[in-house]
Amino acid sequence: MASKQPRRLAIESKGLSLWYGDFQALFDVDLKIREGKITSLIGPSGCGKSTFLRSINRINERHSYVRTEGTVEVFGEDVMGEDVELVQVRRQVGMVFQRPNALPISIADNVMFGYELHTAAKPSRFERDNLIEESLKRVLLWDQVKDRLGDVATSLSLEEQQKLCIARLLPLKPSVLLMDEPCSALDPKATAAVEDLIWELRGEYSILIVTHNMAQARRASDECIFMLMGKVIEHTKTEDMFLTPENQATADYIEGRYG
Amino acid sequence: MADRGALPDVQRRSAAWWQDKVAQGLVLIGGVSAIVLILAIFIFVAQEGLGFLLKDLDLVEFFTSPAWRPTSDEPEYGILALMAGTASVTGLAMLIAVPFSLGAAIYIGEFATGRTREVLKVLVELLAAIPSVVWGFIGLSIMNPLIIDVFDVPVGLSVLNAGVILGLMAAPIMTTIAEDALKAVPDGYREAAEALGATRWQVIFKVVLPSAKNGLVAAILLGVGRGFGETMAVLMATGHSVNIPTSPFDSVRAMTATIAAELGETAQGSPHYQVLFSIGIMLFLVTFVINMAADVFVRGGFKLKGKRK
Repeated sequence: MASKQPRRLAIESKGLSLWYGDFQALFDVDLKIREGKITSLIGPSGCGKSTFLRSINRINERHSYVRTEGTVEVFGEDVMGEDVELVQVRRQVGMVFQRPNALPISIADNVMFGYELHTAAKPSRFERDNLIEESLKRVLLWDQVKDRLGDVATSLSLEEQQKLCIARLLPLKPSVLLMDEPCSALDPKATAAVEDLIWELRGEYSILIVTHNMAQARRASDECIFMLMGKVIEHTKTEDMFLTPENQATADYIEGRYG
Repeated sequence: MADRGALPDVQRRSAAWWQDKVAQGLVLIGGVSAIVLILAIFIFVAQEGLGFLLKDLDLVEFFTSPAWRPTSDEPEYGILALMAGTASVTGLAMLIAVPFSLGAAIYIGEFATGRTREVLKVLVELLAAIPSVVWGFIGLSIMNPLIIDVFDVPVGLSVLNAGVILGLMAAPIMTTIAEDALKAVPDGYREAAEALGATRWQVIFKVVLPSAKNGLVAAILLGVGRGFGETMAVLMATGHSVNIPTSPFDSVRAMTATIAAELGETAQGSPHYQVLFSIGIMLFLVTFVINMAADVFVRGGFKLKGKRK
């Protein structure tokens, strides 16, 4: 999808600082995440990359001791404002978690879960079946599960569950997908499969992915952001970051000197 | 020092080894004695009541006659009214306790945070520790006049009184168990639903409650078992008159209360004595079945395998 038109920004944060109680996890983070690209967030444990990711759909506010300053815009809409409907934000911004968290209901119900939350009218049987098939095909899971859509989703393998977790975002037609170390609970083969899938979704969705795995960031993203101690150190094209990092800290981290 | 590579004294047993054996022995005695005691109780109850139940007792009369006249010249041993008494009181108690305790569990487990939550949990556990005779006392001295005043009825010792008292008694333990069940739902499920844009209520109704279903059913069944077996409070609050209730203001008598009130005044080995033990066997069986059912539900876990409904 190498279109020439200037693309919009999927996510833009301005001066985002965040505190967990007294602990400041993010310092004045300014980031621009481009539409239709895969951007990976790397950095050592505790550098704030997950925190940043989790403040875009504000899921980190589940713990009431979170306080933020600054703004985060998703396609130009401020999501931090007081009168923002979180439900609408989360419909636009899908999230995939570290541990596959398929719900203990049937595979089909998992796919439809989000859609049914947001759609008052019950979809017709035909619509429903179509949505399920389309979503599962999109995540390359349809062939494995088409004959057991009624089985409880937690009986699937972790790889399949993680794909299902992506599939259930799709009926909502989100514009942004946030992924918090989506492969860290998977074995290498499953990791490769899920990575392929993420690459497959590139272009249609703007994807921001947190990863611990340097090789993954390198092979599966367009742009790369390196964070350290709650601050953004470097944000460039992935190939540039891994070949010619500008910052010494970035270079050290990439070469595995810490983290 | 031993040579390199040679094993040290391989047969030496340290104090820790003996400690281990002694502890094992003690725990074994503890475990076995629990089973032996239960069996002994069952055998005792069966011995006293079963012979009579099978031989002399007219089982049809026992289960279908509402007449309980064990001391008349022509004694009648029908427990239908007693069963109706127990069932009506327990049923009303559950109507009260189920919504209360589930509501309390949802509030404590899903909404309350920090201090509020801790204080509430301690208070609920305190409520569970109130002795049943105190509840009976409340039924007699507070609920009784209250019911007479509010509903303008001649007697306040009734199904309503005992049901309310029993409901309040069963609610704390049900709350505690239900809350444990909610707590056992992995937080990842809630997070997943919230990230998909579910509101708090949607998370609770569509994710948490269905996932905790087994534990919640177990909590309710244990409450039913508690109500079924409760004696003192029921004895004091029902009015203790043999009666098949037609309204909540009728006095009734429960199976448990009958045993408690009459056993001390019967001659050991007499038919009356033995028939009370037969009621005991009934209670034993019913509570056993209820507890088993609760256990099965708890073990059911998340095994929802199978086809879409």
